[in-house]
Amino acid sequence: MIYFDNSATTRPYKEVVETFQEVTTNYFGNPSSIHSLGQQAEKLIQKSRQIVADILNVRDEEVFFTSGGTEGNNIAIKGCALQYKSRGNHIITSKTEHASVIETCKQLENFGFDVTYLDVNNEGQVSIEDLKNSIKDSTILVSLMHVNNEVGTVQPIMEIGNYLNQFPKIIFHVDNVQGIGKVPLNLRKANIDLCTLSGHKFHGIKGSGVLFVKNGIKLEPLITGGMQEGKIRSGTENVAGIVSLAKALRVSNEKYTLHVEQLQEMKNELVKYLSSCEDVIINTPIMNSAPHIINFSLPGIKPEAFVHELGKNKVYVSTRSACSSKKADVSHVLSSMGFDKTISGSSIRISLSYGNSYEEIIKFKEIFNNSLKQFKQLMR
Amino acid sequence: MKKVYFDNAATTPVRKEVIDVMIPYFNDFFGNPSSIHSFGRECRYALDRARFSIATFIGAKDKEIIFTSGGTEGDNLAVKGIARANKDKGKHIITTGIEHNGVLNSVKTLEKEGFEATYLKVDETGRISLDELKNSLREDTILVSIMYGNNEVGTVQPIKDIGELLKDHQAFFHTDAVQAFGVEKIDVNELMVDALTVASHKINGPKAVGFVYIKDGLKFDPILDGGHQEKGHRAGTENVPGILGFAKAVEVVVEERNKNRELYKTLRRRFISLLNENGIEFKINENVEYCLPHILNISFPGTKVDTMLTNLDLEGVAVSGGSACSAGSITPSHVLVEMFGDNDPRLHNSIRFSFGHYNTEAEVDYVVNQIVKIIKRDK
Ligand SMILES: Cc1ncc(COP(=O)(O)O)c(C=O)c1O
Ligand SMILES: Cc1ncc(COP(=O)(O)O)c(C=O)c1O
Repeated sequence: MIYFDNSATTRPYKEVVETFQEVTTNYFGNPSSIHSLGQQAEKLIQKSRQIVADILNVRDEEVFFTSGGTEGNNIAIKGCALQYKSRGNHIITSKTEHASVIETCKQLENFGFDVTYLDVNNEGQVSIEDLKNSIKDSTILVSLMHVNNEVGTVQPIMEIGNYLNQFPKIIFHVDNVQGIGKVPLNLRKANIDLCTLSGHKFHGIKGSGVLFVKNGIKLEPLITGGMQEGKIRSGTENVAGIVSLAKALRVSNEKYTLHVEQLQEMKNELVKYLSSCEDVIINTPIMNSAPHIINFSLPGIKPEAFVHELGKNKVYVSTRSACSSKKADVSHVLSSMGFDKTISGSSIRISLSYGNSYEEIIKFKEIFNNSLKQFKQLMR
Repeated sequence: MKKVYFDNAATTPVRKEVIDVMIPYFNDFFGNPSSIHSFGRECRYALDRARFSIATFIGAKDKEIIFTSGGTEGDNLAVKGIARANKDKGKHIITTGIEHNGVLNSVKTLEKEGFEATYLKVDETGRISLDELKNSLREDTILVSIMYGNNEVGTVQPIKDIGELLKDHQAFFHTDAVQAFGVEKIDVNELMVDALTVASHKINGPKAVGFVYIKDGLKFDPILDGGHQEKGHRAGTENVPGILGFAKAVEVVVEERNKNRELYKTLRRRFISLLNENGIEFKINENVEYCLPHILNISFPGTKVDTMLTNLDLEGVAVSGGSACSAGSITPSHVLVEMFGDNDPRLHNSIRFSFGHYNTEAEVDYVVNQIVKIIKRDK
């Protein structure tokens, strides 16, 4: 099997699964229980919080565990909007955000919030000028993703954060679900107030995530109850999920240091190959894109059919975001980048991870070649 | 040291066969169910099977099952979701003072949003009165949320009677069955409920998974917006291994329910008679007739709950005073306050023992021995 769909989800690292099993079996207490079993579980959570905080270069008490990226984005955006609505009702985001940001903002529009969806250029980047011009007295939140999940574009988060620094009342949220472990981001230097991560995108397990909340920022909780996780997220903690998330983050961080160049080389090789194919148009910008995502289009070919064809050869890639709306038949990201329907309706995404190898790239090229040939014959 | 875990109402160890079901979904079938390739579709099928299996066990349709990250989220989704989506029909909610915080704090949030709430009283045994419920119902009541069995004292509410009573009223009926699910037969049609919450980690499944049943056609607002997972009712990549483990835990618990009930009853009887034999003074905080058999909440006059808990912990016995779910607080339990008022010694000398399927009579003997030792030593 060649699994090139790592932006949809990743295979948990072996040691992550072992950690999950170990914690589930031996540390099953409820962290809120005051007996030793409960306290052992609580300690494991604190330890994990520390590990995550160290890697993100933030303080322990700024790390909150969630059930995943969608929940993180919802808590960050709604929590902030509801908490600070007395300051203003204006939110700035972009047109190419993940559904969990866009849909949340749309929901807030129903509640009377005013949302600006910034345009992006043909490489998928927002313009700082646009952002500057969109800021109003009533702006309370700017929410932008670091790495786009469909095309891999990296937003100029550092620049934006520095610019926003002069507006102490505007909160800056960054969805870093796709960037973590692949594209460095210094939360402090970029003046980020809120940052979302999701465990299953970096070889942790599904149903685990992190929301970084800078000291001093309050969020209205969406899920209320026993007031776990500093009250922002009630519910018995997912102890084994949390510990395995910390493990996965640590391993991913190490892999970044050791292997990011190989990842980039694999991507370069694929880009080179795909550019040489006649019928392929590459949508991912060469500069300012993450080392693991390549998006391209096969004009005139139904991408679903082609994905199935590759799947028959046990090669797994995807059309666009796994979570995007089923109804839309074009990618909202590619349309926002200015591509017409022939491109935005025929896109395919390859997403790599540190687990992939150069041999797989070579094998992929062969299978891709054959599949494309067959397809074209069929269509004639 | 001997270790006895009598805190199964706080959380339970995951069964081996549950973990065994989960592991392949970490290692082999780790795809995203929303992916269109066959690898993702495998996961989608597995998810569908889990949903179907759970639905069948409670007499529901698959589309009425929404997977969540646990009991608290389930309670939030049902209570806030139903109230908000139906506020055009009225803004009055009825609940009880002894609900889990997942429900109580959801209702409090709704009050801040302009809803009105009535909190039903309970008697000394923790039961509500059907008459009070009847009298509290108003034309604009849209939601009644009453827990099936209480997590601290185990008292069971007259769910069927409430369902019957609400049959001819517009109000929707939600019940938190998180504690009841492992020991009571749950059929949503018999119970006549519109919504029901269950959590996996209370029935020997993994933590951070649960489901809410919400009756087909009943409108409710999502809490998490985003992708179209769970038919748009709950966005976020599905926790496939967790959900499959949960489905296995449900299957096993349903199969073993009667056997376990009998076991818990035996353990309780033994517990109580041993306390009597040893001349220990105690009172049981619950409704003897209507209670969940796995929860035994006992007040020991003259003792202090924190000393007792610490001493038992030193002897390897894990139990709890009140609920574990109020993040480490040892303030008196709101449930006992509702039952006894805020000035009763039982608020400060009650211990909750809660059993699991692997507990034994020998463990009861050991625990009672320790209790006897601690109480006699303190005197
Ligand atoms: C950029 C981005 N944000 C958020 C999410 C949502 O994360 P999760 O699937 O953990 O809910 C995803 C992935 O689905 C993503 O790619
Ligand atoms: C009756 C009841 N409802 C809800 C919950 C909350 O479930 P969870 O801890 O899975 O969020 C619990 C336990 O914590 C409970 O006992």
